[in-house]
Amino acid sequence: MLARRIIPCLDVRDGQVVKGTQFRDHEIVGDIIELAQRYRDEGADELVFYDITASSDGRTVSTDWVTRVARVIDIPFCVAGGIRSLDGARQILHGGADKISINSPALENPALITELAMEFGSQCVVVGIDSRQEGSDYFVKQYTGDPTKTQSTRWQTVEWAREAQKRGAGEVVLNCMNQDGMRQGYDLTQLRLVRAVLTIPLVASGGAGTPGHFRDAFQQAGVDGALAASVFHKGTIKIPALKTQLLADGISIRI
Amino acid sequence: MLAIVDSGGANIASVRFALERLGVQSELTADPAVIRSAERVILPGVGAANEGMRKLHERGLVECVRNLTQPVLGVCLGMQLLFESSEEGPTETLGLIPGVVALLPGAPGIQVPHMGWNTVLCGRSGGLLDGITTDARFYFVHSYAAPVNAFTLASCDHGTPFAAIVQRANFSGVQFHPERSGVAGARLLKNFVDGRV
Repeated sequence: MLARRIIPCLDVRDGQVVKGTQFRDHEIVGDIIELAQRYRDEGADELVFYDITASSDGRTVSTDWVTRVARVIDIPFCVAGGIRSLDGARQILHGGADKISINSPALENPALITELAMEFGSQCVVVGIDSRQEGSDYFVKQYTGDPTKTQSTRWQTVEWAREAQKRGAGEVVLNCMNQDGMRQGYDLTQLRLVRAVLTIPLVASGGAGTPGHFRDAFQQAGVDGALAASVFHKGTIKIPALKTQLLADGISIRI
Repeated sequence: MLAIVDSGGANIASVRFALERLGVQSELTADPAVIRSAERVILPGVGAANEGMRKLHERGLVECVRNLTQPVLGVCLGMQLLFESSEEGPTETLGLIPGVVALLPGAPGIQVPHMGWNTVLCGRSGGLLDGITTDARFYFVHSYAAPVNAFTLASCDHGTPFAAIVQRANFSGVQFHPERSGVAGARLLKNFVDGRV
């Protein structure tokens, strides 16, 4: 049986791993390769690297660190941030990344999702969605890497997730911005809404604070993977203990 | 020498790096003469089957790969191309193993692409699976899959059973990515490199 995935997310800025609260106030967490290796050794199922400055600065991620990661890591990893063309994606995939994730550029040009899927296969193409609750609805935000450049979009989150899938996305990562860094749990209501319209894998992001939050996302929202950053970076949750707990809770997990 | 067929796939770097971690030098090549003279050959591949075949045709490698007599390992799409045809396209593939590659049927709770770590069910031990425990998980990421038949060494289940490891004569293939499957994947690659096929 397919295992649910535990995915540490490493926000990258200027070659360092950083972490802020609610996408703001970034502090340096450590070196990319060291952290990647540590998480691999602890049993992470996959890694995601977000170059959080790339999209809002209008540049693409540098690929030399992608290759450095690919050389040492024997688990899959995904690279996100500022990928806005087939060439940009090709550089990263040929550099050794397994998947690319697009967010703001997909909103600017939804046809990019299809172009990438046709060229590299849907399984390489992840669409990241930054979603904020406003009233009783959820809306997609753009350029969230820099709070001064963050914009609203016309998309409701569920509709954009459906559109991304229709256009060829192989996976959706839903970042629930209200919960990000708060450690109060994933937004199960929102995740369930998005899960219901997707036949492709869905990864939860934003809000993990305890092992129980992961359990709830898997059992109650039916997500395929759960992504977290600060709880892993700060050691609040250790991946081996988390996985043992989830296994005891009856969840299919790779040990 | 181990040759990696340069089929333009996106996982070529990962396969090379995985071999490097095992201390194995490989040569990435689209030269039929180099491929024919290699001790072992890996056929990597990521993406669509019709696109993969188009690249092999373009590089004049279809007959070359079909006629190889040394151990060959197809990885992911490279494994699917060993079969007769794929519904993806649809396209005629190398025809080295009987069977048609088809889209995995999704269902509630069974997402497609099949993405993540899964176990395989193996009818026998040794060979490519030498030293790998029966509960080992491998990393899969694919939407199309090959049928279970007489040439299946190990199967996997994602809503429906499909071939995870196949072998016919000198041609082997794995649907998962050994280069991204941690310790178990590294062992499988080592088994291939060491001639345990």
